[in-house]
Amino acid sequence: MRFKGKDIISINDMTKPEIIHILETAKKMEKRSSKKLMQGKILGTLFFEPSTRTRLSFESAAKRLGAQTVGFADPSVSSVKKGESLWDTIKVTEKYCDVIVMRHPHEGSARLAAEAASVPIINGGDGPNQHPTQTLLDLYTIKKCQGKLTGLKVAMSGDLKYGRTVHSLAAALSLFNCRVFFIAPPELQMPKHILDELDRRNIKYSLHPRIEDVITKVDVLYSTRIQKERFPNEKEYEKVKNIFILKQSMLRGVKKNLSIMHPLPRVNEIMKEVDDTPYAEYFEQAGNGIPVRMALLALVTGVIR
Amino acid sequence: MTAAKKEMKVPAIQKGTVIDHIPPHAAARVLDILDLGDELVTFGNNLSSRKMKKKGIIKVSDKMLRKDELDRIALVAPEATLCEIKDYKVIKKRKVQMPDVFAGMLRCFNPNCITRHQDMKTMFTLVQKDPVRLKCHYCESTFDKDQLELL
Ligand SMILES: Nc1ncnc2c1ncn2[C@@H]1O[C@H](COP(=O)(O)OP(=O)(O)O)[C@@H](O)[C@H]1O
Ligand SMILES: [Zn+2]
Repeated sequence: MRFKGKDIISINDMTKPEIIHILETAKKMEKRSSKKLMQGKILGTLFFEPSTRTRLSFESAAKRLGAQTVGFADPSVSSVKKGESLWDTIKVTEKYCDVIVMRHPHEGSARLAAEAASVPIINGGDGPNQHPTQTLLDLYTIKKCQGKLTGLKVAMSGDLKYGRTVHSLAAALSLFNCRVFFIAPPELQMPKHILDELDRRNIKYSLHPRIEDVITKVDVLYSTRIQKERFPNEKEYEKVKNIFILKQSMLRGVKKNLSIMHPLPRVNEIMKEVDDTPYAEYFEQAGNGIPVRMALLALVTGVIR
Repeated sequence: MTAAKKEMKVPAIQKGTVIDHIPPHAAARVLDILDLGDELVTFGNNLSSRKMKKKGIIKVSDKMLRKDELDRIALVAPEATLCEIKDYKVIKKRKVQMPDVFAGMLRCFNPNCITRHQDMKTMFTLVQKDPVRLKCHYCESTFDKDQLELL
């Protein structure tokens, strides 16, 4: 397996051994002091769209490895505003760094950037398409909490129709033969093309209207936000919203090893009282972005193998 | 039958390419796809056929079709047959082939796709043959061929 020079564009490009290797490398990053691994290297952060957590965690990951960072967080002050093509922006900025992380509003922008660049490109989100480092940190969190990835029972709840994190996670979990439960109001259920793909891979899944239907059966509950904009009117939204709020009282009889996850930010889909239960993993999950991103930076720049 | 077949409704050519079994509704589009200069072209449509109810035929003298022309024809008339003609005889005959990759010839249907916002070539891969489903190499969305405009 060769990671040096590799682009990280889409979870769909990755093989199971590659994913496992990234997760194992992330685990090592938590253990050993890696302050000097990327000394002398520079990470370019090109954020054509606002982001706080992805950008800050990449910068933090780079600094923990001893690397420096250059970049912009707001394209309105950059040459993009003057009409420079994405191709040209990449051709120029790659001269300033050893690896680039990019967030861009258009789907497929990271793929184009990777074609332009000779340094590795890491996709930090290309519009509603892919956000592979989020998926990897989700997998890392599951592995860390559950001790394994294979054969788990995983439920996803909330907006499954438009949520890119759950689409990518479902696809990734299918490599590990997990049983998946999709909990959503009918109008926000998993899109057919994702279900078809699971069928093709012989993955068992089922659709459910309420969290209570499956909560006692699963090892992982991955909750996501339901956005008001997805509903025709306030009343419809209010009706659905309340069904999808996770309360402490709903956790009676759950498995001891249950992990509750959420990509954050949450609005009200998980009540604060749940934070104090042993099942809450969402803040740990956010923290896991650091070792996973450290592993990716170190692997693609070739400072480790 | 044999006699009727011998009498060609569209005049013969000495050398070149015949595109046969074109569905009538696609015939004009196939003609449009061909990059033609001063070649002699003959064209017939809604001719009766044994294989299909009605068909179109296009005969082009002194021309071999290029790969990009063939790929475009595969999209609009996947049923078509190609015949290479030499000395008034069919020397090679084959069905149009659906390529695995379509480069620079289709416009992505996704308005948020990067290909719709930058000056660049599009690329689609064939993910399903029947019915044809094509996946954008960039935005990773999958489409029916009718959703994708030929460029
Ligand atoms: N010399 C030629 N010039 C132009 N068209 C030809 C010539 N020979 C055959 N064709 C055409 O090419 C097509 C294929 O011919 P043929 O082998 O007889 O096909 P089929 O079995 O489909 O009728 C037919 O439409 C025929 O009219
Ligand atoms: Zn596209």
